[in-house]
Amino acid sequence: MNQRPLSPHLGVYKFMYTMALSIMHRITGGAASVGFIVFVWWLMALASGPAAYESAMRLLSTPVAKLLLIGFTFSFVYHFCNGIRHLVWDTGRGLERAQARRSAAVVIVAALVITALVVWLGCAALGSGT
Amino acid sequence: MSLRSPLGRVLGFGAAKEGVGHWWVLRVTAVALIPLTLWFVIALLGKPLQSYDAMRGWLGQLWVAVPVVLLIITLAIHSRLGIEEIVVDYVHGKAAKTTLLLLSTFIHVAAAVAGVFAVLTLALS
Repeated sequence: MNQRPLSPHLGVYKFMYTMALSIMHRITGGAASVGFIVFVWWLMALASGPAAYESAMRLLSTPVAKLLLIGFTFSFVYHFCNGIRHLVWDTGRGLERAQARRSAAVVIVAALVITALVVWLGCAALGSGT
Repeated sequence: MSLRSPLGRVLGFGAAKEGVGHWWVLRVTAVALIPLTLWFVIALLGKPLQSYDAMRGWLGQLWVAVPVVLLIITLAIHSRLGIEEIVVDYVHGKAAKTTLLLLSTFIHVAAAVAGVFAVLTLALS
């Protein structure tokens, strides 16, 4: 079993930024999973009553939590955009090298712009109702 | 020569027609999550997040609670499968791999049940 041929591993390929997008898809997916747990915790706080919700929102308003929330937002938005890219690939389209590089650029720009937009609107939504 | 039956020899080695199950469910949930997450994020951003009464009232509505329950369940399945993909690819020890996968399953099931129960509490009380 140990003598079976191995396919060439990552090290033999020249680095391309499309590879960074690929590994980023997994990293952001993992981060978004943690974000999912935070989302459920927030729902539990809301269902537990006003006092629990208030302390949860206070915890979410600390600088560290805000930084994490921005990270979760970017992770989710990136995974969303690049996920659509993967779904398009699954239909057999857009797999040519030039197309894949172009869609990579679109994903990066879209992820950054949408993240900025969501963070901006999120700050407004956090500011209202106090 | 083996005395085992042909069926006995192939069981566990060939396609049980479940080979693409993981891959397919990951895609089905991905497609479902596009409208669900888009709707949720856009709707949430327009709400006064600091107001307990407003958020409770919003999530308690039937037409909000149902898609949020769908969102929670779909997210849990998609996340569970994605984490499995990462663990299987990067964790090589059998004990560590099995422990992490078990832990991931427990956490995802617990999170899904907790999330759904929280939304039902809001919607039904």
